[in-house]
Amino acid sequence: MAELEGIYTIWLRETKRFFRYKSRIVTSVVTPLLWLIIFGTGLGAAVRFGATAGGYKAFIYPGIVGQTILFTSIFSGLSVIMDRQYGFLKEILVAPISRPAIVMGKALGISTAAVIQATILLLLSFIVGVSMSPLVFISAMIVSLIMSVGLGGLGLVIAAFTDSMEGFNLIMSFIVLPMFLLSGALFPITGLPSWLQAAVYVNPLTYGVDALRSIILNQSALPLGIDVLAIIIFALIMIFVAALLFSKKEQSLM
Amino acid sequence: MSLIIETENITKKYDDFTAVNSINLKVPKNSVYGVLGPNGAGKTTLISMLCTILKPTMGTGRVNGYDILKQAKEVRESIGIVFQSRALDDILTGREHLEMHASLYGVSHDVRQDRIDEVLDLIALGKKADEYVKTYSGGMKRRLEIGRGLIHHPKVLFLDEPTLGLDPQTRESIWEYIKNLNQAQDLTVLLTTHYMEEADKLCDEVAIINQGQIITADSPKNLKRELKADTITINVDSPQEFVEKIQGLEFIKDAFLMDGEVKLLVEMGENLIPAVVEFASQEGFPIKSVELDHPSLEDVFIKFTGSKISSEGK
Ligand SMILES: Nc1ncnc2c1ncn2[C@@H]1O[C@H](COP(=O)(O)OP(=O)(O)O)[C@@H](O)[C@H]1O
Ligand SMILES: [Mg+2]
Repeated sequence: MAELEGIYTIWLRETKRFFRYKSRIVTSVVTPLLWLIIFGTGLGAAVRFGATAGGYKAFIYPGIVGQTILFTSIFSGLSVIMDRQYGFLKEILVAPISRPAIVMGKALGISTAAVIQATILLLLSFIVGVSMSPLVFISAMIVSLIMSVGLGGLGLVIAAFTDSMEGFNLIMSFIVLPMFLLSGALFPITGLPSWLQAAVYVNPLTYGVDALRSIILNQSALPLGIDVLAIIIFALIMIFVAALLFSKKEQSLM
Repeated sequence: MSLIIETENITKKYDDFTAVNSINLKVPKNSVYGVLGPNGAGKTTLISMLCTILKPTMGTGRVNGYDILKQAKEVRESIGIVFQSRALDDILTGREHLEMHASLYGVSHDVRQDRIDEVLDLIALGKKADEYVKTYSGGMKRRLEIGRGLIHHPKVLFLDEPTLGLDPQTRESIWEYIKNLNQAQDLTVLLTTHYMEEADKLCDEVAIINQGQIITADSPKNLKRELKADTITINVDSPQEFVEKIQGLEFIKDAFLMDGEVKLLVEMGENLIPAVVEFASQEGFPIKSVELDHPSLEDVFIKFTGSKISSEGK
């Protein structure tokens, strides 16, 4: 009971922060739209993309939803670094609640933000000419939720090893961007050279994007069941590792 | 007199540097206890171990009867902490900080609202209580942090340098506030400081620490008395002759002229003033004024360490 309240309290704070930083919400919707409209239209005009009904723009649409979830989740996870710099993390860590409860609360707060953004993008699917039934919409939201828990957990894990926001650029260049590029968000993952294929398949985001594409466009590289299983396992591992790190590294986090 | 905090040779080493060296701290229940020492003396390190956020290298301690190593959760439930550095979220309101704290510490729902109102009253944020913390002044932030530490009715409130970086006026108001707190409820306050005046005015007992060790501990009054160095300053006509005369008295450790005034160094000056006054009138020196000065805690520190506690800086 106390644990549940702890989780709820941490979640509530994350969610309040999300809604109070208005600029973040705006950019989180504008950036993916730029990708869809400019990149999607531009490259779509240059390449022949017969495999998908709505052309290239429709093809990358699930990928861009995945990108939004990736960026929001990782960066929200990294907000722990800011909490540490501004000292607020101490207030949370010194409280008599369990470390896993703190991690769960954070992860759910991150998912809330990510799912809200994904939902806005899903509502805008008409822009790329994709129509969605309520069932497709709900399924995509559920997949987004699972993805964001895992990626948020990854953000927390990275944050536990990062002392300052100086590491931010490194994380961006060496983790976030490669994950995005290697996820199949922008190109089909079948028929790639084998070194690239391998990199794509160790990337957890690949399975999330593939699941979204399977649900939204009915087109995928792997069966939906496998994709969903993969992202669930990834989420469980990340939450477990983050909880472990927050317990073990408690002293150095304060 | 029961002890609410007690440590046994508590020690913290960073590699081969000893930040806290075998400290045996004894804090009486319901007192305001000060840990006074210069920057780098080990105050924050000591407090962190007592709050269970730092593991001692050796030794242990008990807070509110709970072992800091084996009963960390119970210790945390018994204490409130105000860290040396701010621990607030800019984009939450004061009230939200209190609400959040209440739920993290499991304050039951039937009393939660009352507690929050009670604390808001106490810390006098007024309308600001519902504005974002980023609009608060330094003093308001400090009061909010202290108030927050009290929401769950802790037995011990730890304050790490509570007035660091505040202007003198705000500092005085925080002192006032801490004094009232301790009188109004069943609460022990353990504060660290490097301001002599703070320890002197606020604390029932003070432990002076330097380089990780307690060099002495007692009430500020006793600490100063032990120096046996009160100064009686007297204004008389023909002071030079008066100095020569009074030097003969057995209880005068030293007598000299300074800026036209007579300075007498004595022990327990308050008991000796009548004798000095009587002596002067017998000898025919009409006294214009008498003043008694006790030594400061700074003098105590100097006596034990041979150096000064630097008065400013972070
Ligand atoms: N994490 C750490 N690693 C190494 N040395 C430390 C660490 N934390 C504190 N110290 C050292 O321990 C000493 C005591 O620090 P601290 O307890 O913060 O002093 P105070 O609070 O009295 O100013 C200082 O010399 C400081 O440099
Ligand atoms: Mg300190």
